[in-house]
Amino acid sequence: MDKQTDTIIELHGITKVFEDGFKAVDDFNLEVKRGEFVTFLGPSGCGKTTTLRMIAGFDNPTEGDILLNGSSIIHLPPYKRPINTVFQRYALFPHMNIYENIAFGLRQKKTPGDVIDRKVRRVLDLVDLEGFEKRKIQTLSGGQQQRIAIARALVNEPEILLLDEPLGALDLKMRKEMQLELKNMHRRLGITFIYVTHDQEEALTMSDKIVVMNEGRTQQIGVPEDIYNEPKNAFVADFIGESNIFNGMMTGHLKARFCGGEFDCVDDYEEGTHITAVVRPEDVEITPPGQGTINGVVDSVIFKGMHYEITVLSGKNEMVIQTVHNARRGDRVGLRVDPENIHIMIAEDHTNLFFADVTPDFRLEYNGHRLDTSLTAIIPGSTRKQDGTLVDGSGDVLEPGRIRIQISLQPDDIEMTDDQEAGLVIGTISNLIYKGDHYSYIIHTELEQDFVVNDEFLWNMGDRVSLLMPVDKMKFILKRK
Amino acid sequence: MIVKILKRLFIILVLLFLYLPILILAVYSFTSSTQIGAIRGFSLKNYVTLVTTPELTGMIAGTISLAVAAALIATVLGTMGALGAFYSGRKMSSMITTLNQIPVINADVVTGFSICILLVVAFHISKDSYIPLLAGHVTLCAPFVFLSVMPRITQMDPSIYEAALDLGATPFRALIEVVIPQIVPGIISGFALAVTLSLDDYFIATYTKPATFDTISTYVVNATKGAQTTIKTALWALSTVIFVIVVLVVLISNIRALRSQGELRKEGRNV
Amino acid sequence: MQFSRKHLGIPYAVFLLVFVAAPLLFLCYYAFTNGQGQFTLRNLSGFFTDPNTLGTLFYSLLVAVVTTVVCLLLAYPVAYILAKSRLRSRSVILMLFIMPMWINFSLRVTALKEILTVIEGNLAMFPFLNAIIGMTYDFLPFMILPIYTTISRLDDALREAAMDLGADSVQTFLRITLPLSVPGIISGISMVFLPAMTNYVILDMLYNSTYIMGSLIGSYFSAYNWNGGSMISLVLLAMICIFTLLTGGGEEETGRGGALL
Repeated sequence: MDKQTDTIIELHGITKVFEDGFKAVDDFNLEVKRGEFVTFLGPSGCGKTTTLRMIAGFDNPTEGDILLNGSSIIHLPPYKRPINTVFQRYALFPHMNIYENIAFGLRQKKTPGDVIDRKVRRVLDLVDLEGFEKRKIQTLSGGQQQRIAIARALVNEPEILLLDEPLGALDLKMRKEMQLELKNMHRRLGITFIYVTHDQEEALTMSDKIVVMNEGRTQQIGVPEDIYNEPKNAFVADFIGESNIFNGMMTGHLKARFCGGEFDCVDDYEEGTHITAVVRPEDVEITPPGQGTINGVVDSVIFKGMHYEITVLSGKNEMVIQTVHNARRGDRVGLRVDPENIHIMIAEDHTNLFFADVTPDFRLEYNGHRLDTSLTAIIPGSTRKQDGTLVDGSGDVLEPGRIRIQISLQPDDIEMTDDQEAGLVIGTISNLIYKGDHYSYIIHTELEQDFVVNDEFLWNMGDRVSLLMPVDKMKFILKRK
Repeated sequence: MIVKILKRLFIILVLLFLYLPILILAVYSFTSSTQIGAIRGFSLKNYVTLVTTPELTGMIAGTISLAVAAALIATVLGTMGALGAFYSGRKMSSMITTLNQIPVINADVVTGFSICILLVVAFHISKDSYIPLLAGHVTLCAPFVFLSVMPRITQMDPSIYEAALDLGATPFRALIEVVIPQIVPGIISGFALAVTLSLDDYFIATYTKPATFDTISTYVVNATKGAQTTIKTALWALSTVIFVIVVLVVLISNIRALRSQGELRKEGRNV
Repeated sequence: MQFSRKHLGIPYAVFLLVFVAAPLLFLCYYAFTNGQGQFTLRNLSGFFTDPNTLGTLFYSLLVAVVTTVVCLLLAYPVAYILAKSRLRSRSVILMLFIMPMWINFSLRVTALKEILTVIEGNLAMFPFLNAIIGMTYDFLPFMILPIYTTISRLDDALREAAMDLGADSVQTFLRITLPLSVPGIISGISMVFLPAMTNYVILDMLYNSTYIMGSLIGSYFSAYNWNGGSMISLVLLAMICIFTLLTGGGEEETGRGGALL
């Protein structure tokens, strides 16, 4: 096949800004091949559903073009596009029986009655609901309604089938079954599927190609294996599978410093480059103390059935490990990672990421210093109840022991001082580079963390400095344990 | 135990207060008495008068025609208004919702008088054209249709409409075939409410009706001032007929509601 | 023009502008002009200086307050007993309280009048009492329904929690149920108070010739005094607005619509 017919739909520079100024999608580009199963994956609000709605025609892009078989469909209303959608909550017509629901699209095209009869029966057969024609939709289970929604879309023989989190409302067992069924259906029909989900496992299981999105931007496009094994940035690494993610720096040829140690690695970047290192929990080995690259203390052990999930603290750094071997809380251990299992990326920015502690009375502390802010100000929609508990926007109770607050702070916002009492944490300067108009320093702190600090003045290697970190410059993210 | 009896007694007493007058009148409507007191004996005279006096039958027919016409117009306008307000921008929607609230909270005396001022006094539209009367009753009813349709629209899954477009229906067909059927219960109860509001109205009719036309309300109010006993006792019969109709409508609609619930439950069980 | 759902609202918007907004503007115009169309404040000052109209205002306030209190005293226990009863016939009994709303009010008041005539002999002897009885008879269902709705929606767990924390049933009622049923009470009051100030036909039919606010509009109407009538309408409208703002009206489902169920 030549390229012209190989590509079915192309999105060029799609940007969507809503009336309230919210930019839902920013410069989205994608080509989908005929017959492909493409998944848009990302957290809620990342723009994946908006993108799908623009392909379906419910929303119009602010900028950019959508080409179907090489010609623009931007100005086609949804009812003129050869594209059908399976909606998140099915959107079956409650006043029609199953037959009429499925026949709806065919009737719009004035299809003769006998053809409708035949086609409806065929798709009902396809979704294993033969004989359900006369049933009311209220009498169906969630899974059956889902199948009807799929049948209603497929009966129109669309060129592309859009599926907007179609399995979101089903229970776990049903979801697993439907995943397989959808995959089979895709294989048999050869129709292009564009699938939206926030469930990374679902995306990895079903897709030919995954588009990872965050905050309206494409983070990575690739086959599932690449997305998992070669995440392009910290977001993808964090979102797909479980990961230990550290900020660090290249300290020599194939040597990277992060998590309080110097690790051998296989990615070759210039010395002094700021990096993000990703280590999958299953790739960390526990060794006797002193025999690994870094040492630490076992902080918690959770039995997960197939394996133990062990958290080891090395200074303030936290490494999560999945292993079949048990360990005890308080054990001193060493940790090592095979060089090929360390995935190094050039850090897009040098944002310092670290965790604050939440005290039992809901105060924030870092290194024993109180941070002058309140949890209700940090967590959107949260409120303190009269009985002292904290609830988030959706009414869930947040317990101090079960949440952590991740703080991000830019290098420009941290100031170094000789006054050891003045800052939040003390450290020694372990690295410095001149960046033309300022110096970029790495400060290794007493808590075994590395901070990147920009300063226009020259300090010396090995200086002990205290770091002034203004609370009003900090950004906070709630993480649940 | 005593508390329970006292509670029941209280309920019964309040019910008696509400129903005793109507029930006593109903009993007397089947007699030839002209006064509550001595029962003279069974007679259908009042009912015969009710259906044979042209003045009475004309008045009843007029009231019903007015109610049905006003309710129909109000239902179409109010439903379109609710759909339009829901789907249009914030400005349009808040303008419609705000103006819609005025006749709802306003005293009927003021609504009726203000319509009379606009149409009859300022624009010299003759009351005999029935336009002020009809306009007045539509103004009275449409806001309530709007209010009874609106919750149906807001509760509707918005993707139902999009699903229809997605399956190839034009916006108009999607509206007719998918959206309207969803809100039919709201439209029907809005229509029913509009009919009862129009039937019950006195003030708007008084300020806008032609001098020769009467609704049940305006007729009854004038009749009580007069001393025509045949008419007076015929109205007892009318009151009884209306009471029986209301009871029947309530019974039928309740039985139907129960039955359709039962049916759904039965079908659900067969899954 | 391409069909769009937004355009559906246009006819109703135009209708509201013509038959709701415009009449109010004309009301303002007539209220502040004299018969010759010249601007005047005499209608306004006349209302507040004439002892007759002021007397009418106070009499209608009196009628409205007493009617509202009587309705509340009858309706609250009814609503409370019904909402709390576990009777299967609960909805049937509730329906009995609502049904009178659907019977023409003039016929019901006629029935009441016949009964009162038998009891009192001469209706004209007890004008104020009859006004209160007539209004209560007509408006009581409008007070019962919103209070019933509010109480029946209260979470039983709240009462149980109060009991659990040591409140007896009287305290539970006073500190939990009553405060939480205030929205229903307010909505009921707004549906009884205003009609009680304006529905002068009930008084007419029960031979009470004292004026209330509504009667003033009626008498100006009969005398073709549009300017005077408009001013009374405006005064009433202002009172309604103040009342609505005070009670935060419009949030609870509005009165007459409640009859739908």
